[in-house]
Amino acid sequence: MNYLTRTFVLIGVALAANTAQAIEYSAVQADKSTIAFTSRQMGVPVQGRFPKFTTRIAFDPAKPEMAKVDISIDLASIDAGSQDANDEVVGKQWFNVKMFPSASFTSTVVKATGAGRYEVTGPLTIKGKAVPVTATFGFKVEGNNGIFDGGFTLRRIDFAIGEGPWADLSTVANEVQINFHVVAAAAAPAPTKTK
Amino acid sequence: MSTPRYTRVAIGLHWLIGLMIFVSLGVGLYMVDLSLSPAKLRFYSWHKWAGVTIFTLVLVRCLWRLTHAAPPLPDPMPRWQRMVAEATHYLLYALMIAIPLAGWLMSSAKGFQTVYFGVLPIPDLLAKNKDLGETLTLIHRYLNYTMIAIICAHIGAALKHHFIDKDDILRRMLPERKASHPTAMEQIGTS
Repeated sequence: MNYLTRTFVLIGVALAANTAQAIEYSAVQADKSTIAFTSRQMGVPVQGRFPKFTTRIAFDPAKPEMAKVDISIDLASIDAGSQDANDEVVGKQWFNVKMFPSASFTSTVVKATGAGRYEVTGPLTIKGKAVPVTATFGFKVEGNNGIFDGGFTLRRIDFAIGEGPWADLSTVANEVQINFHVVAAAAAPAPTKTK
Repeated sequence: MSTPRYTRVAIGLHWLIGLMIFVSLGVGLYMVDLSLSPAKLRFYSWHKWAGVTIFTLVLVRCLWRLTHAAPPLPDPMPRWQRMVAEATHYLLYALMIAIPLAGWLMSSAKGFQTVYFGVLPIPDLLAKNKDLGETLTLIHRYLNYTMIAIICAHIGAALKHHFIDKDDILRRMLPERKASHPTAMEQIGTS
């Protein structure tokens, strides 16, 4: 084979590899990812977030059922909307972070539900209680990054988040909306541009 | 000769708003020092709902006052007293408008939207901003301290006019008694 033919073959192989062996998004960019939540106090939506969490993800849009995700949240880092609330929710009746410093989620099933839409199910463990939850999310590609946007409704009583007087659901609602935004770069090096 | 009085609507609004301010002030002073609890959240919500209600009633009252003149003050009242009385009333109106506004803005700046009776969200004019929230808290607080001082002067003056000067100032703001009708107590007594 001469040089020119070899180049074409290589390009051909590269293109074939690109389509057949799709890209796996796994290099999570923590600084671009967020986990936020909205609680309701006396009917008032209050925004909060968990600034510190680690995500391990392996997602190939061509094979979503093979995807895996693992999230661990540092609960002490919580921003529940005000200093008063932050001081309160790390305590025993809420997250009891001394005993249970982190919350974790591990996926067991991931499936496609529509164009660019997926569903992930798995146990969510908070305060030593593992409860299966299902979150829906959308996935899109921006440059070399895969972006996951989704959420689910957590029922705080399932995990005893808010005990004693706080178990009263008329002041702080049971339902807490969790929203995540995770940015993960493609693990495989970006395909070389052909001129 | 019957006393010149405020209109019935003005009298009703005065006492209703007065009672609501009294309760809201009490709740406000009490709730701020509570440690966080469901009760504290309830008190804050009630306080905010009361504030929105007071604000709305005060707007109605201002409209009513602009279209219905106040009864004249008694003749023997010296000019300086008339001026002070007028200034006090203007100040009370200004505070009744400013205090709920400051409370609403403060709540927004602290990241808590006001949702009237837990169902009607009142838009946030300000975005969450910690420093601004603290400034507005101080403004809300000191406006209220001013309000307490002015209310004391207002009540003190009314009582002084009624019991010492024995004039009709306070009676202008009391509902007219109809001597020919039996009172509530007498009605209970006969049934």
